[in-house]
Amino acid sequence: MDYEALRFIWWLLIGVLLIGFVINDGFDMGVAALLKVLGNSNDERRVMINAIAPHWDGNQVWLITAGGALFAAWPTVYAASFSGFYLALMLTLFALFLRPIGFEYRAKIDTEQWRSRWDWALTAGSAIPALIFGVAFGNLLQGVPFYFDDILRLHYTGSFWALLNPFALLAGVLSLLMIVNHGATYLQLKTEGELKARSEKLSAIVALLCAVLFVLAGVWLYVGVDGYIVSSVIDTNGANRTTEKLVEVAAAGWFVNYGKQPVLWLVPVLGVLSFIACALASKARRHITAFVSSSLAMAMVILATGISMFPFVMPSSSHPAHSLTMWDATASETTLMIMFVVACIFVPIILAYTGWGYYVMRGRLNEQHIRDNSHSLY
Amino acid sequence: MDIVDLSRFQFAFTAMIHFLFVPLTLGMAFILAIMESVYVMTGKTIYRDMTKFWGKLFGINFALGVTTGIAMEFQFGTNWAYYSHYVGDIFGAPLAIEALMAFFLESTLVGLFFFGWDRLSKEKHLAVTWLMALGTNLSALWILIANGWMQHPIGSEFNIDTMRMELASFSEVVFNPVAQVKFVHTVSAGYVTGAIFVLAISSWYLLKGRDLAFARRSFAIASAFGLASALSVIVLGDESGYELGDVQKVKLAAVEAEWQTHPAPAAFTVFGIPNEETQTTDYALKIPAVLGLIATRSLDEPVPGLAELKAKHLERIIRGQEAYVLMLQYRAGDKSPATVKRFNEVKEDLGYGMLLTAYTDDVANATAEHIAQAVEDSVPQVWPLFWSFRIMVACGFAMLLLFALAFWHSAKRTVDKPKWLLKFAVFSLPLPWIACEAGWFVAEYGRQPWAIGEILPTHLAVSQLTVTDIWISLISIMVLYTIFVIIEMWLMTKYAKLGPSSLHTGKYDLESPSGVKEV
Repeated sequence: MDYEALRFIWWLLIGVLLIGFVINDGFDMGVAALLKVLGNSNDERRVMINAIAPHWDGNQVWLITAGGALFAAWPTVYAASFSGFYLALMLTLFALFLRPIGFEYRAKIDTEQWRSRWDWALTAGSAIPALIFGVAFGNLLQGVPFYFDDILRLHYTGSFWALLNPFALLAGVLSLLMIVNHGATYLQLKTEGELKARSEKLSAIVALLCAVLFVLAGVWLYVGVDGYIVSSVIDTNGANRTTEKLVEVAAAGWFVNYGKQPVLWLVPVLGVLSFIACALASKARRHITAFVSSSLAMAMVILATGISMFPFVMPSSSHPAHSLTMWDATASETTLMIMFVVACIFVPIILAYTGWGYYVMRGRLNEQHIRDNSHSLY
Repeated sequence: MDIVDLSRFQFAFTAMIHFLFVPLTLGMAFILAIMESVYVMTGKTIYRDMTKFWGKLFGINFALGVTTGIAMEFQFGTNWAYYSHYVGDIFGAPLAIEALMAFFLESTLVGLFFFGWDRLSKEKHLAVTWLMALGTNLSALWILIANGWMQHPIGSEFNIDTMRMELASFSEVVFNPVAQVKFVHTVSAGYVTGAIFVLAISSWYLLKGRDLAFARRSFAIASAFGLASALSVIVLGDESGYELGDVQKVKLAAVEAEWQTHPAPAAFTVFGIPNEETQTTDYALKIPAVLGLIATRSLDEPVPGLAELKAKHLERIIRGQEAYVLMLQYRAGDKSPATVKRFNEVKEDLGYGMLLTAYTDDVANATAEHIAQAVEDSVPQVWPLFWSFRIMVACGFAMLLLFALAFWHSAKRTVDKPKWLLKFAVFSLPLPWIACEAGWFVAEYGRQPWAIGEILPTHLAVSQLTVTDIWISLISIMVLYTIFVIIEMWLMTKYAKLGPSSLHTGKYDLESPSGVKEV
């Protein structure tokens, strides 16, 4: 396998990790974000929390792994995006801090006030990251202002407030709604009675809303956001020469790849159809179909974004030539190879024991079960 | 404070708070596995209750370990962007492998540990607990491989085209001797922490005369496990790493306040007041030959003193200055064979040349004062290292003594353990944390001025953020962590005081009508 192939594989693998994250951690973030929306009583909220309690911690490792893999496979991207989006990322971290302790501590003290505070903490801890991740992608699509100096030190010249532009906010809302919808489809699988009925109703509406916002974002991207195109030849098999390429900024530039390979249109189309399928399945109480379509829809949204931007990962709006691409911002060939082997060995093992965990904890939860096991459950 | 100081402070704060929770997780995971094994082998439910109750406390601690760990995974990118770019090719791999091989396992199984009791057979649940313990320890292994590489960066090479370090030999990085000794030392310290925790709280029950059967059994397991672990921390301590690489040599000299190189074998300074100005140690109390034995495992090799090490640094900084200038020339387009050839001859010292960028933007024309200042700052301050090392060692021996006595009384099956021993155990509760924090301080402050030993100076490794940005994040983190730690300690105290009664099995002392009512 040569360097070029490894670079392409790692572009795919980072995508797989992001998709793994939104599918697995997405539903527990969605459930937690819905605590105050769908849970009308403490017992109902406890049903919701305990539906994800045995799994959320393992699921969150998808995010940690995506961070670690970014560090190992695309170190410069890891450095540039995390330091560039500094305050936004800090805000995400502060929100994420609230989740482990929220889940673990909520049931430790039996008072209404204590529980309610942790409910809000869990809601914020799950909704804020979902929103910010979307905002971050919305900004990546528009390019962010940064450049490298003579020793390749990165200087980011944008501000936190500039991240909150209309297009990015649209992406943020879409991201939040996708996660919320995904959480609701999971609740359809794991709960009973009124809670389940409310989850079905919510998905039937929110999934359609996601489809509309996704199309809207696509149209906006076409007419209102300039794309980036590499206009020189990058040596895809050679060492990174991150600042030495030529990049053009062009209207509708993010649709060039779709123009070249029209078959790729299937990806966003499938995304829209999956959202619609999710709404219909929720209405028809086909719970497994609803959950699977929601997962598929989110995967397609991520993939469609990746295809639009390919080979860009983090375009620079102030110095387009310094943009980071998946060809020239990667780790060395040796590291990519080692990490590829490690991923091939461990990802199947992870999927196996994660799946076993779901199997062990299978079945629906109800309020009676919570009351019967009040002291051992969350 | 500038961005370098602020970034360092933020990292130190988040890392040290994180490490309040990590060692207890490492130790408790094994203690839980041992208790549950006894349960499965004997079938006595008291051991299941022990696993569940100590598991509750483990959970309270684990949650904050996860919370504070999130910051650790991301802050290399947020606050140490040049570091991430410059060494990510090597340093990122163990972090990613840690997540894939260990953290996934630990985090997935911790859910089944807590919620799988009624859904898994005894044996399967026991397997879950052991695998969770394995996950926590594997996690420590990969993190310490990453940290070991910062101290002693082998298996890598500088690539002038990509302007970063690149992986040359993965096996060298994994089998880095500094990383291996650090791993053994650190996980053993974690086991000691878990053992002291269980021992101290059990002793408190015994002093109060509560839940005696439960407390005695917990006491026995903790004392045996603790004695073995304390011996391994001390015997397998990371002294053996000090002969490797310049950073470790500097650290050793600073820890021992070894200002000058003395004829072999070097004496060990038990106590003294390091005096930075006169470069001597006042009131030094020395034991002949011991340092030489510990550090070099010989009687005829001298241990290099700080003065000798600085003299070497002077030479390397001058060569490094040339390397840095050639590197800039090359990157500006001068790729002539002469430049490349000369660069390759001096590139080993590029990191030393980078030290000069702290004092001047124009490295090519650095003055003699700049160079002298860089040499002076090429070793860390002595007294903080000297003292924190001694604090760590003193705590270590105090705990060894405690475990030895506790084990003796457990083995003798003394029914009523002496009150003084129980009090000793209760008051020892903070010791492992003091020792762990002091130990990490020695390891990381002793690495200064380097982020990556001899390769990347700390001041260059930071992200180019504004001071305001970092103040915002730093203050927010300090406020949040303080709140979290207060809540955690409060819950921990509450549940430790409740004891096994918190399981609501109906069997324990506080659940009797005369007992205290649970809140």
